[in-house]
Amino acid sequence: MNMYAADFQQDFFRLFNLPSRFQIDSTALEQGYLALQAQVHPDKSAHLSEHERRMAMQWATRVNEGYQILRSPLNRARYLLSLRGVDTQEESNTAMPIDFLMQQMEWREALEETRHTKNITALEELERRLQHEVLILQQQLAADIDETHDYAAASGIVRKLKFLEKLAEEISSAFDELDS
Amino acid sequence: MALLQIAEPGLSAAPHQHRLAVGIDLGTTNSLVATVRNGISAVLNDIHGCAMLPSVVRYAPEGIQVGHAAQSVQSDDPQNTIVSVKRFMGRGLKDVGEVSNLPYRFVDAPSTGSGQAASTGSGQAASTGSGQAASTGSGQAPGMLKLRTIAGAKSPVEVSAEILKVLRERAELSLGGELVGAVITVPAYFDDAQRQATKDAAKLAGINVLRLLNEPTAAAIAYGLDNAAEGVYAVYDLGGGTFDISILKLSKGVFEVLATNGDSALGGDDFDHRIYCWVLEKAGLSALSAHDTRLLLTHARAAKEQLTEFPQTQITAILSGGELVDLTLTREAFYEMSQNLVARTLQATRRALRDAKLKVEDIKGTVMVGGSTRMPQVQLAVAELFGQAPLNNLDPDKVVALGAAIQANVLAGNRSGDDWLLLDVIPLSLGIETMGGLVEKIIPRNSTIPSARAQEFTTYKDGQTAMSIHVVQGERELVSDCRSLAKFELRGIPAMVAGSARIRVTFQVDADGLLSVSARETASGKEARIVVKPSYGLSDEEITRMLQDSTQHARDDMVARALREQQTEAGQLLEAVDNALQQDGEALLDAAAQAQIRSRMDALRAVLSGNDHQAIKRAVEALNLATTEFAQRRMDQSVKSALTGHKLSDLES
Repeated sequence: MNMYAADFQQDFFRLFNLPSRFQIDSTALEQGYLALQAQVHPDKSAHLSEHERRMAMQWATRVNEGYQILRSPLNRARYLLSLRGVDTQEESNTAMPIDFLMQQMEWREALEETRHTKNITALEELERRLQHEVLILQQQLAADIDETHDYAAASGIVRKLKFLEKLAEEISSAFDELDS
Repeated sequence: MALLQIAEPGLSAAPHQHRLAVGIDLGTTNSLVATVRNGISAVLNDIHGCAMLPSVVRYAPEGIQVGHAAQSVQSDDPQNTIVSVKRFMGRGLKDVGEVSNLPYRFVDAPSTGSGQAASTGSGQAASTGSGQAASTGSGQAPGMLKLRTIAGAKSPVEVSAEILKVLRERAELSLGGELVGAVITVPAYFDDAQRQATKDAAKLAGINVLRLLNEPTAAAIAYGLDNAAEGVYAVYDLGGGTFDISILKLSKGVFEVLATNGDSALGGDDFDHRIYCWVLEKAGLSALSAHDTRLLLTHARAAKEQLTEFPQTQITAILSGGELVDLTLTREAFYEMSQNLVARTLQATRRALRDAKLKVEDIKGTVMVGGSTRMPQVQLAVAELFGQAPLNNLDPDKVVALGAAIQANVLAGNRSGDDWLLLDVIPLSLGIETMGGLVEKIIPRNSTIPSARAQEFTTYKDGQTAMSIHVVQGERELVSDCRSLAKFELRGIPAMVAGSARIRVTFQVDADGLLSVSARETASGKEARIVVKPSYGLSDEEITRMLQDSTQHARDDMVARALREQQTEAGQLLEAVDNALQQDGEALLDAAAQAQIRSRMDALRAVLSGNDHQAIKRAVEALNLATTEFAQRRMDQSVKSALTGHKLSDLES
């Protein structure tokens, strides 16, 4: 491996020139993303050799992947924890606090209810409550990762957020359903 | 378009090296070709001064007719005159709903197994030395329908290629030289099968495709540059056969698609069909001949266009049996019979907004594209949804071609493109079939391209040595509800206990939105790897054969063309390497490495003017190989400079 190949493997925080933290400056992330794409996007090398075109595609793919991971709080947390050698146990650890599970059940029932009654206002209200909960969890995540370095607690929140992300997807498809 | 006229000294190609590149809008109803001349994007007309080429191809006893000539006889020779062929691109018979209302003789191609499976062995796996796992695969793609004509069964790819050939010839005549390449537009909501079919058609027409560009994105380029637009815009593109809605963020030369949605089988043709069905019902007609079907469809389209200007219109036609059809159609009746078509476009629009996590209030303006947006009910519906009048200040028929030409100019290397960045997305999720006929999504819709994702799968039986991989595209959970793109088998997995093999499936979507898939077994250290590029009905060999079969070009012409293409490519490569050496040669390479590249350049120059295109090809490959490391270093340098270079200016702004 020469130094150039090694650079391709550098972590996404370094690629985007950001501190390796959960709390990042989203404007700096976006500007970094556009600056990188302005260099590596395949449109820049469409008239060059096949080799350069292929390399541009690989780089642009990697920059897109990094941006997609860093701009999503859940993906960013998961990625950051994996960089620090922490397994978030999303497949193996399915134990959840009882109050969280109760709330999940309540929300799922509410979702089914809006589906049956085709009540868009109720669905929007449910979406707002979910977004509020997600925000609270993200704040805890920031404290656990960046301040107290409590990675076990952070992993627990990642697992919760994964649940909530699934629920958000179901709410989104419920919107599509009610709209057709 | 002031932006286009700013030259970057020392970076842009010198004027005499201007490369001929065009943008082509291959439309359902009409097709256009445009180019950038003196910094201005303009549509190229035919010798009669017409910009629009009707997308109609007729296979006549005396030869192939394209455009107006074919259109004018479509009712007389409906079975050999193919209209709206774009609706059949990458489609099987079962995908085309209104078959009985169309005057064609369809041939449904069975699953051909012509998907190209290139089994690559384990080139880079030098890990174990215990021999490579045998990797074989049979790519299998669902077949594309064909249309039986007097000239034989024609695939939509071949029909489209006839349209593209006419546009290429028009451009070469008008610009006075051979094209370096073209940007061809496709509906944003085109799936992989439809995109690949479009690219195949271009290849068949002898066109080097610089990029497949989404139509609404092309429109946004033309609109954005013309109006110096900044902010989030929606592009509502209702064409002859397709509907797209794209939400884009425009800022300082950056065109970023946030989300796209649509329906690749919804357009002006469907509005015609509603009128056609209404005529059948009102006039008590059934089971029409192909001639009468085409006749009434043509009248229906004329009535639709009339209703844009007038509150009512008369439909008068005499059928082949002598029956007279004479009906009055009012705007109100037309609005009512077409309202669920309009509603479908609004649904897709709301979905795109949700995917972009935006509300209608966030949209600064809605750009209207496509001839079908002239219909008043469409204008009204869009205005109502967005709470503001849509933007109609550009020609809805031409804007896509104009935008494509601007991108073609950048991609051909005529402009530095430093102030230019286009970030597009894939419209539909890509996934593979898992147990129980369910879809596991690998790349979600609206992912920015180019994009790659890998996912691991495992075996479910002890000793299982093969695995079938079925690639699908779509949003539904069941495989049967999604589009099947390719099926292939990964063989040679070492026999292991169920669940212990690790099959890594990687999807790569390139900047054209086209997919390639590779799979390999990683747990054992042995590697079984296969790359499948879904291809729909046409393999590279078939395209080559078709090119050779086409009698318009004698064999000598073919060879001459191949030679010219090879020379053009070689010339471009020499120029690119020369520029690169001048810029970075000293900084990134030692003297020996520079000398080696220069000697390969000399070797290429030595054979360039000769007529041995194989020799040129070999010299091009040798030069490409010699510049591999240099290219990597240059790329790495630009990645580093991207952030360091921008940091200061970011702080200042």
